[in-house]
Amino acid sequence: MRIVVAMRQLADLVEELEVDDSGTDIDREFVKFVSNEWDEAALEEALLIKEQSGAEIVAVALDEPDVDQTLYTAIAKGADKAVKLTGLEEGWVSTHSRAKAIASWLGDQQWDLLLTGVQAADDLDGQLAGILAAQLQVPHAAVVVSAQTEGSSVKVSQELGGGTIVEETIALPAVLGIQTARQAPRYAPITRIRQAMQSGGLEEASVAGDLAEGRPTVRRLYPPEKTGHAEMLTGSASDVADKIIELLRAKGLVKS
Amino acid sequence: MASDVLVVAERSGGQFGDITFELLGKAKEIASALGGKAGVVLLGDTSGVDALGAADVVYTIDDPSLSNYNPEATEASLIGLLRQVEPRLLLMGTSTYGLDWGGALSVAWDAQLASYVVGLSLEGSDIIATSQLYGGKLFAEAVLDGERGIVTAIGGSFPAEAGRTGGSPEIVATSATASAGKVTFGAIKEPDKSGVDITSADLLVSVGRGIGSQDNLELVQELADALGSPLSASRPIIDQGWLPKPQQVGKSGQKVKPKAYLSFGISGAPEHLEGMRNADLIISCNTDENAPIFDVAHYGTTVDLFDLVPELAEKLGQ
Repeated sequence: MRIVVAMRQLADLVEELEVDDSGTDIDREFVKFVSNEWDEAALEEALLIKEQSGAEIVAVALDEPDVDQTLYTAIAKGADKAVKLTGLEEGWVSTHSRAKAIASWLGDQQWDLLLTGVQAADDLDGQLAGILAAQLQVPHAAVVVSAQTEGSSVKVSQELGGGTIVEETIALPAVLGIQTARQAPRYAPITRIRQAMQSGGLEEASVAGDLAEGRPTVRRLYPPEKTGHAEMLTGSASDVADKIIELLRAKGLVKS
Repeated sequence: MASDVLVVAERSGGQFGDITFELLGKAKEIASALGGKAGVVLLGDTSGVDALGAADVVYTIDDPSLSNYNPEATEASLIGLLRQVEPRLLLMGTSTYGLDWGGALSVAWDAQLASYVVGLSLEGSDIIATSQLYGGKLFAEAVLDGERGIVTAIGGSFPAEAGRTGGSPEIVATSATASAGKVTFGAIKEPDKSGVDITSADLLVSVGRGIGSQDNLELVQELADALGSPLSASRPIIDQGWLPKPQQVGKSGQKVKPKAYLSFGISGAPEHLEGMRNADLIISCNTDENAPIFDVAHYGTTVDLFDLVPELAEKLGQ
């Protein structure tokens, strides 16, 4: 069983995001890039499958800012190999283009199951799992909260909203978009990440493509106009607590 | 050029979700401007057509392969229908349906897809979609190029009333398209409702990523206890396994409408806001003054939750 985990970098949403001079992309120069949190769930699910029934895990990602850190961390957590796909320009890669790059690399690989995050905060033209699966003409499922391999198939649980779960069996090879792993992503000790970095071993493979392929033409990227804003309660914690209790009391939710 | 707009109906427990009517209202607006028809697609369960009076046409695909959720079977039939009807636009929710099928349909039907859409309009014959990206921090206004497009919209973006008007749509029964048969349905599991019910509470104390660790949950639990309210949470807390799934507020959790919603350390991702924005009174505590939660909250504070929560608990305990 060979499991590929497709990971990616994304602007850290905790940071202030600014629009660049083109008005159609974020200013990437001073933004911190981090691993997409759903991809971390995908990696965790792959590691759980490996522990349960044995598998080789290959983490793969496009060459985006600080991707080495993400890939070495994947190795430190238990991935057997990590591959960096180079050759694309820097910038806002459309999901269709990302999928094509991964699909072209997969063409030379032997693989059974591909896991990736269910979504990413900038995937305007759709989510990777379905697009990649359709390009590869293999079955797929998204919003997956559990994946367990059984011979040449994978048993998945998909979340339908409101907590309803549907269970299915999917023939391999297949692509899954992971919403959450069966357990929270594990922590990789910094010493092990350093060890992985020191031993090197990130493979590189070259891909080609057009950044915006398949994406609707963005003509404006902008912060939303504030339609309403909370009235801010200020003062000490004690002052604010008093005001909140007063508001709840007015609603009859706190006994006077 | 194609001028029809099709909506994929969503159901839960047999009932159409609000999203179906929100999309249908928008489909009517765009189809009538293009001189086309607004259609709804009913997959598997073809009952309930009476509720879809606002549509010009309802396409039913009644087939055993569609009676249970199955992305492969659904996509095969939807592609079959799309090739037959060739609409200008296909609308879905950015729900499991849209997240699961949208991308695959865009490849198979060779149409551009705009996801996380909160605004949709026509400029001449161009479809302009506004998408909410980066956790709601930025909007992207984009033109869907080509003669066909797919839009997955965030629930609550368009008024549902426009899709609830009466009428008698034409019913067109079509047949399913066979799929490769690689996905086999197993079972449906409804959520366990025996635990805490956050949907019927008058007051909810809700906690998010800002709480930092599982140990700190005790702090907000004490406050919830002092207020006699259940504790709810945003997705990161549930994903960490710190609270059970039925206590999750948001798109993939529960939609709640309490008299008051008191949130601590929740920044307000669009998926979370979708689940709580209709609460009568929203009071939010977050140290980031630019957190999107403050756009829907009635009252807000940037006082640190680790200072505020103990104060509240202490004052309420007196």
